[in-house]
Amino acid sequence: MVPLSWYLILSAALFAIGAVGVFVKNNIISTLLCLELMLNAANLAFVAFSIFQGTIEGQLFVILVMAVAAAEAGVGLAIVIALFRNRETLDVDESSLLKL
Amino acid sequence: MTFQQLLFIGFAALVLGGGIAVVLLRNPLYGAFALITSFVGLSALYVMMGAQFIGAAQIVVYAGAIMMLFVFVIMLLNVRADEERPPRHRFLVWLAAPLALLLSAGLWLAVAGVQGDRAPSGEAGTVERVGKNLMTRYLLPFELTSVLILLAVVGALHLAKREKE
Repeated sequence: MVPLSWYLILSAALFAIGAVGVFVKNNIISTLLCLELMLNAANLAFVAFSIFQGTIEGQLFVILVMAVAAAEAGVGLAIVIALFRNRETLDVDESSLLKL
Repeated sequence: MTFQQLLFIGFAALVLGGGIAVVLLRNPLYGAFALITSFVGLSALYVMMGAQFIGAAQIVVYAGAIMMLFVFVIMLLNVRADEERPPRHRFLVWLAAPLALLLSAGLWLAVAGVQGDRAPSGEAGTVERVGKNLMTRYLLPFELTSVLILLAVVGALHLAKREKE
């Protein structure tokens, strides 16, 4: 029997890794990948609580989070393509201005 | 230590290893593949907990659809490995380690107080149970999600389309 705290600790570690990645990476696609990592850490905590409480709501929330992640990836990558087309770079340090 | 706990440690190592690889690898394409391994480990953990539907959706939606989108864009843009940050932004890298420690400590404090180490109740996340709840009691959020997806499709098309000269 795996205790609930193990899942939560794994979730916390995964979230910390994702947050550090968002700070450290300067490629915008890598930043988006680390963002997915953080979303998955939250998903793991949702499912663990849902299973250990015997309720279903947590898992339904995970489905919503997955849909939001899909929308985020779609719009985010469209922005990345537009950014690359206008500036020829994906470096977040290079594109700090809203103006073209 | 039971067999299940050993399995958990193995899959957790896969998840964390994939996550660390995403941060350490410089080429975004390798990072995307490392993230896929991480998702496979997470899916195995979901199935171990008894949330079969979420486990399957993790593979189909995340590892299949979303990561495919990432890999497609990375290959479309022909991204090379990241370069070193310019010196004025190098301090962020050094800021990251204390941030990680602080975040881990805070999350650990939040997690340590949880009283939930009892056995999970028999009701697991079977497809039937998830589907019944999604189609009856939680129908409105489900429908709103589809509106969100539609908005995302329209937004992505508008953002990515080539502007007319």
